[in-house]
Amino acid sequence: MSACLDISNLSATLPSGQRVLRSVSLTVQPGEVRALVGESGAGKSMIGKAVLGVLPPSVRIVEGAIRLEGTDLGALSAKERRRLIGAKAALIPQDPLTALNPSRRVGPQMTDRLVHILGWAADKADRRVRQLLDEVHIREPDRVMKAYPHELSGGMRQRVLIAAAFASEPRLIVADEPTTALDVTVQKQILRLIAQLQQEHGTAILFVTHDLGVVAKVSQKVTVLYAGKVVEEADTPALFANPQHAYTRALMAATPKYTDPQASLKPVDESVLAGLAAEIAVADHDWRPHG
Amino acid sequence: MVDARALPRRRFDARLMLAGGWLLVVLLAAIFAPLVAPHDPLAQDLMLERLPPFWLPGSEPGYWLGTDSLGRDLLSRLIFGARIALIVAFVAALAACIVGSTLGLVAGYFGGWPDRIISRIVDIWMAFPPVLFAILLVAVFGTGLMSVIIAIAVIDWTRFCRVIRAEAMSQARMDYVENARIAGFGRLRIMVSEVLPNVLPSIVALLSLEMGIAVIVEAILSFVNLSISSDAPTWGGIIAEGRLSIHQAWWVLVFPLIALFLTVLSFSQFGEGLKSRFDPVLR
Repeated sequence: MSACLDISNLSATLPSGQRVLRSVSLTVQPGEVRALVGESGAGKSMIGKAVLGVLPPSVRIVEGAIRLEGTDLGALSAKERRRLIGAKAALIPQDPLTALNPSRRVGPQMTDRLVHILGWAADKADRRVRQLLDEVHIREPDRVMKAYPHELSGGMRQRVLIAAAFASEPRLIVADEPTTALDVTVQKQILRLIAQLQQEHGTAILFVTHDLGVVAKVSQKVTVLYAGKVVEEADTPALFANPQHAYTRALMAATPKYTDPQASLKPVDESVLAGLAAEIAVADHDWRPHG
Repeated sequence: MVDARALPRRRFDARLMLAGGWLLVVLLAAIFAPLVAPHDPLAQDLMLERLPPFWLPGSEPGYWLGTDSLGRDLLSRLIFGARIALIVAFVAALAACIVGSTLGLVAGYFGGWPDRIISRIVDIWMAFPPVLFAILLVAVFGTGLMSVIIAIAVIDWTRFCRVIRAEAMSQARMDYVENARIAGFGRLRIMVSEVLPNVLPSIVALLSLEMGIAVIVEAILSFVNLSISSDAPTWGGIIAEGRLSIHQAWWVLVFPLIALFLTVLSFSQFGEGLKSRFDPVLR
């Protein structure tokens, strides 16, 4: 069986020639949750955008391939790629406050893709969306679907977006820091909800986050990213039990412990970063894009 | 949870009501001009020349706002003048709006070379002084209602284009536009269904403002005798005639000015009121 998402040797550059992704390889098997962890600027959201075909125009993929269920996205025309991604992948966005169109009612925004991209009948799409709203514990689907986004709370909007992502039965969902913009009290509920729907629907998720606590809760596999480079890849329990790379250990040490609020916040160890920087400098020096 | 829309919406919006009220009066007067006007606006009667308005000594019953130097009823002329003013306002503003908003939407949302081409055209266009440009156009097309409308549309589409371009540009960067891309929608469809609804309030406000501007431009063109044929009563034409007899009959100048002022002000206020009402976040 081919992987749901297979990224092999992906490199991307800015117009200045600076690499933002450095030969990244990772796979997400069907039904699996893979966490993609790293500090801000590590390129984790960039990978998510590359998978969903919405990289900013200034970022250019210079080598490697992204395969969605075995189909190489780079080999498709722009239109075919959009259709394929629309049918097979979905996004749970970072900021629920800006991810819904403020001038349109919520209901049509949820059914749009089902009706216009997947070609469902309007009443079937409507039933499907109601069912998903029920699954994310929204008790008044009529009110929510008729509402404008600003009439719903942040947590409510994130539920709507989760329901919308699962409604089209995608094979892969990219969750881009889906709890970062939310209230701490709501974060846990939303995480639990995503995990629950993921299990019921058997959807593969690429879970982009900077929070190792979230990684431990939701994922089976982890990829640790630093400066656009994969530094470690492991099963989640194994990573926490026995981190191999010095950077991973430093990252864990820098994570605040709720059990020990007196401990001061520590940044990631400087010597580890210096070692990584040297490693990357050598790799960049030898690197030439292949084709 | 409270339905947020139910609360502020009931607020009585005095600005919208007053502006809309005056515009409705002008509109009804224009539509039913032959029924409403007490006299034939072109009928001259030298026995009745320069009659003052009804509250001054020497006024004649039936001639509410008095008569001009040819004995024509001023109120009737204003009412028939409203017809021309409103036709020009609606048609010219709508034409400018459609052309300008479409180009602005395309330039702002697509960016790249469509934006560069459209923006350069706008820059060049705006280098012409608008009123001179209008006079030049009317001189080329010949006088008449149609050329006035064309002249106004040709000059003022840039106003829509600039504003809508800027708004579409900021919309294009929004997350929900990216989400629609991920969902598989094409750019044209996203422009119409995601971006357009968000710039619509601005389009409506601008349209209303532009109607006011069209009324002014038409008046300016009539004032310099470049609008409709000189018999037809236009507000600008009446003002031009009133100017000549200001010392004998000030009312011929003042009443059309008041009508013009109220109408232009109402259009702009009506547009602003509509904008805040249309915008789901503001309201």
